[in-house]
Amino acid sequence: MQFWGYKRKEGRAGIRNHVLILPTCVCGSESARITASQVRGAVNIVFNTGCSDVQANTDMSQKVLTGFACNPNVYGVVIIGLGCETVGHKPLREKIQAMTSKPVVSFGIQEEGGTLRTIEKAVRAAREIASDAGRQQKELCDISELLLGIECGGSDATSGIASNPAVGELSDLLVDMGASTMMSESIEWIGGEHVLAKRAATPEIHNQIIEVCRNYEEHLKAAGQDCRAGQPTPGNKAGGLSTLDEKSLGCIRKGGTRPIVEVLEQAARPTKRGAVVMDTAGFDISSITSMVAGGCNAVIFTTGRGTPTGNAIVPVLKVTANARTYKAMEDNMDVDLSAIITGEKTYKEMGRELVDVIHDVCNGRLTKAEAYGFSDIAVDHVCRFV
Amino acid sequence: MKINALMIDETDNVVTCVDEVSAGSEVFYRKGNDILSVTAIDDIPYCHKVALKDFAEGEDVIKYGESLGKTNCAVKKGGWLWDKNMHSVPRDYDSELIDVTGGK
Repeated sequence: MQFWGYKRKEGRAGIRNHVLILPTCVCGSESARITASQVRGAVNIVFNTGCSDVQANTDMSQKVLTGFACNPNVYGVVIIGLGCETVGHKPLREKIQAMTSKPVVSFGIQEEGGTLRTIEKAVRAAREIASDAGRQQKELCDISELLLGIECGGSDATSGIASNPAVGELSDLLVDMGASTMMSESIEWIGGEHVLAKRAATPEIHNQIIEVCRNYEEHLKAAGQDCRAGQPTPGNKAGGLSTLDEKSLGCIRKGGTRPIVEVLEQAARPTKRGAVVMDTAGFDISSITSMVAGGCNAVIFTTGRGTPTGNAIVPVLKVTANARTYKAMEDNMDVDLSAIITGEKTYKEMGRELVDVIHDVCNGRLTKAEAYGFSDIAVDHVCRFV
Repeated sequence: MKINALMIDETDNVVTCVDEVSAGSEVFYRKGNDILSVTAIDDIPYCHKVALKDFAEGEDVIKYGESLGKTNCAVKKGGWLWDKNMHSVPRDYDSELIDVTGGK
């Protein structure tokens, strides 16, 4: 299978060709938003950190910022910094330039003499990059260039029974064609980690999956917290998911059945092709943020209760097997999988249908969240701001 | 008779209702080629679980062929299993690790 995408000098092909306006920290976020609003083809993110952080948090922020810049859906980058943040625009730009040959420019608000002067320069720079991006022709790319992030959120009992198995089937079919898929949300492996670990390609990966879960629980315990107190969420419980174990056993089905070839730290880039997993929060927005930083060029999102979320850099395709949710939130849902619940279709049939939908999205079909321009982001934090 | 609940694995001791079920009415589900039923003794909300047997306190609730946790109290056959009458049990991670030099 092939799709029409944007070839990059390094790494995978893009399925979009955005100019990313990237703030280094909170204080650059508003200028980035205004800059992006002035240039067609530009997208921005609102960054809630980048300052007054301990080293571990700074490391996480930097992985997200550099990962976003290097994402294959990004043609070029305009960085807007302040001047006194933990990692300023120049070192961030140099870091990104060492990772990619795509165009990257940067400005600092304190150096330029305030937001208006910075925005003026940033808009001009973004306009030039967007103009060049517009000339890049789409080329036929093999489906192996696809790295699909797999997410679930606002889950109810239909998620584990129907939409997650259908997406698991989609994942298996894509992996068999040579594409890669990434499942995250390690807190939602707990209770099902022994089942997930059976998919490990090696004994080492088996144990990594178990240890990721143990470490997550230990991390929360060290802060006096209990993962079972926050999971399942009140919405999950109302939707019939009574324990973290029940949620997890349903969640892990979205990753399919193919061997897991790599366990990634949060926001890291895979080094192997095939089915990979990433250690992230169960908080959907944060999990998607980390998968996009890890290089996913599209995300499929199963939901039971319904969610509007979207990402600035990658299309997020929303699917649900809850017929009531599809009907009530059709403006947010892309695909109705409720035929699995009614028994009209099997999850395998619907998984095969999803291959065509993902193929369409790769070729440029906008998802609903994408058409609305949604750009949620949440960077995971190790501890309090300082 | 209309199927109004789903069994995921044949070893499960609960089924998930895919319609609201009121107390006293029948819950129909498929197990292999058979259609079986249980009479609900509680109102069961959409997407929620109904017990297929009498549970004592501290018994495993099985769905997907795996334990979801244990009951907090006795729950009669046909009763509603939800977050107020069952709880998650801490994992024993050490027992799940395998020998990386080969074999379990």
